[in-house]
Amino acid sequence: MAELEVERTLVAGAATGPALVLDEPLSFWGGLEAETGRITDAHHPQMGESITGTVLVMAVGRGSSSASSVLAEAIRLGTAPTAMVMREPDEIIVLGAIAAEELYGLTMPIVLVSAETMAGITTGESVTIVDR
Amino acid sequence: MSALVKGILQLTDHDDAALRGDLGPGHQLAMRIVVRVAEVMQAPRLRSITGAHIDSCLYHGTAGLDFARRLADDGATVSVPTTLNVSSLDLLHPELYRGDAETATSSRLLMAQYERMGCRPTWTCAPYQLADRPGFGDHVAWAESNAIVFANSVLGARTHRYGDFIDIAAAIVGQVPDAGLHTDEARLGQILVDVTGIPERVRELDVFYPVLGLVIGAEVGTRIPVIVGLPPTASEDQLKAIGSAGASSGSLAMFHAVGCTPEAATFDEAFGGRSPARELTVTMADIRRARDQLTTTSDAPLGVVSLGTPHYSVAQLGRLVERLAGRRVHPDVRVYVSTGRDVLAEVDQRGWGGALAEAGVQIVTDTCTYITPVMAEVQGAAITDSAKWAYYAPANLGLDVVFGSVDDCVESAVAGRIVRDETTWADG
Repeated sequence: MAELEVERTLVAGAATGPALVLDEPLSFWGGLEAETGRITDAHHPQMGESITGTVLVMAVGRGSSSASSVLAEAIRLGTAPTAMVMREPDEIIVLGAIAAEELYGLTMPIVLVSAETMAGITTGESVTIVDR
Repeated sequence: MSALVKGILQLTDHDDAALRGDLGPGHQLAMRIVVRVAEVMQAPRLRSITGAHIDSCLYHGTAGLDFARRLADDGATVSVPTTLNVSSLDLLHPELYRGDAETATSSRLLMAQYERMGCRPTWTCAPYQLADRPGFGDHVAWAESNAIVFANSVLGARTHRYGDFIDIAAAIVGQVPDAGLHTDEARLGQILVDVTGIPERVRELDVFYPVLGLVIGAEVGTRIPVIVGLPPTASEDQLKAIGSAGASSGSLAMFHAVGCTPEAATFDEAFGGRSPARELTVTMADIRRARDQLTTTSDAPLGVVSLGTPHYSVAQLGRLVERLAGRRVHPDVRVYVSTGRDVLAEVDQRGWGGALAEAGVQIVTDTCTYITPVMAEVQGAAITDSAKWAYYAPANLGLDVVFGSVDDCVESAVAGRIVRDETTWADG
C-alpha cells in the first residue's frame, strides 16, 4: 500500500511500518505487556503476537482506562507500535500517545480512516502515514 | 506541541492564559492536555466540573511516575474535590505485599505525587460508595472504567470515558471538553437489550448481573445499551456489576435500564423518542455461554476465593458476614475481600471486622488482589463472584479461575473445594 488515506489525524506525525490488523480490539491494560510489546490477553485471538514497530490497526478502543499509562510506558520503552490506525477516536489511547510526546518527545501518530480503507489493509503489508 | 487542525474549539481568555503558562508550568501542561483531548473530541468549548476521580495513581511503570512528578514539581494542584482510585499498595495491610521492593517504592512515590497535588487519599475503585458522591446532572471527570459506567448510568452524573493523564489534568484545570457523555445527545440509548426472556427468578439473582454485563459489553462496543426487563428493585450493587463487566468485555461507558436508572423512566426517554439502531435479545443460552467463558478449569483443587472487584460495598460485606455466621473458612483456602478504606471504617464501626477475621477472611484495602501481589502463594484455582476479576486474573496472575455466585464462593471457601449450584442457571 502507498500512502494511507487518512480521514482525521488525532496525533500528528509520520510513520511507516508493517500493518498488524487486530481481529478484535485489545485492552492495553491487562492485555499488553509494556516490557515486551506482546499481547497477553488470554481472550484475544492474537495472544502472544508482538505489536512493536507495527502500524497497529484497531477499529475501536476497549477495556480499562489504565490503557493510557500502559501505552505511554510502551512508547517510552520502544515496544509500542510505530503508529495506530483506528476507525473511531478513542481518547484513552490518544492520551497514552500525548503523554509520551509531552514527557519524552516521542511521537506515535494516530489516525482515523474510513471503514473501506480499514478493510483494505492486510497484516504484513507496509503502511505509510504522512505528517500533514 | 504538534500542529493539529484546531477545529471548532473556542477558548476563553482565562483558558488562553493558562495555555500561555500564566498559572504556572504545571497548570500549563494540564491545560495543554485538556485542549488536545478537546480537539480529538471535536468539542466546541471547555466546561467546568465539580469533581474528579483519578486512575493515574496506579503504578504501571516509569511513564506514569514521570508524568505525575512533572505536574507536582511544577506546582500544579487540583482545583476541584478529587478522589483517588486504587493503587498498587495496601497501606493498611502492608504485610500482605509480596512484590519486589523497587515496584513498592515507585508505587508509593506515585501515590505521594497525587497527595501532593491535593487529591484525597481514598484509594478506591468505587468512589460512588463514598459519602460525598456526585449527584444527578453533575459534570465530573472520572477515570476507572467501572466508576465511569456507574456515575453515568446509576447516579446520572456526567463523565466522559476518561483515562489516565486526562483525569488529573482535568482536576487541575477544573474543566473538561464539552463533548461526548457531557452532552444530552450522546447519552441517549442506541441499542435495545431485551432480557424479558430470562426467567424472573434469574433476574433477581446477584450473579445474573455481571454475566449480563459481560454479554452486553461484548455486543455493544462503545454504543449505549438500553436494558428492558430488569426488576425495578435492582440494587446499586447489581447495577455496578453490569458496568464493571461491560467495561471489561467492551468499552461500555453508560447504560440505561428502563424503570431502574435515572435517565430511563420510560423506553422513550432512554432512546430520546427514536427507535433502537439494533435489538439484542438475551437468552439463558447466551448467559450460560458468557458464564462459561469466565471459567478456565473444571476440576482443579481450590486455593483462593477473591471477592470485591469492584470494591465491596457495606451491603455486600454485610451479606458476607451473614453467610459466614458460625462458620469457618477451610484451612487450605484463603479468602480475600477487596474494599475501600472508607467502607472498612464503616464495617469496623458495625463490629463486622472481627467476625470476618474470625471466620478466616482477609480484608484488602487501597488496592485489588488482581493488580498487585498481595495474595499468598496460591495452590490451586481461584473462585470469584466478579466477572471483571475472572476476566483479567488469568493473564495478570497466571491462575485458573472459576466464576460463581457469592453463595458458591462462600460454600466453596467452607468446603475447601469448588462448589457451584448449577440449578442457578436452569432455564426455568
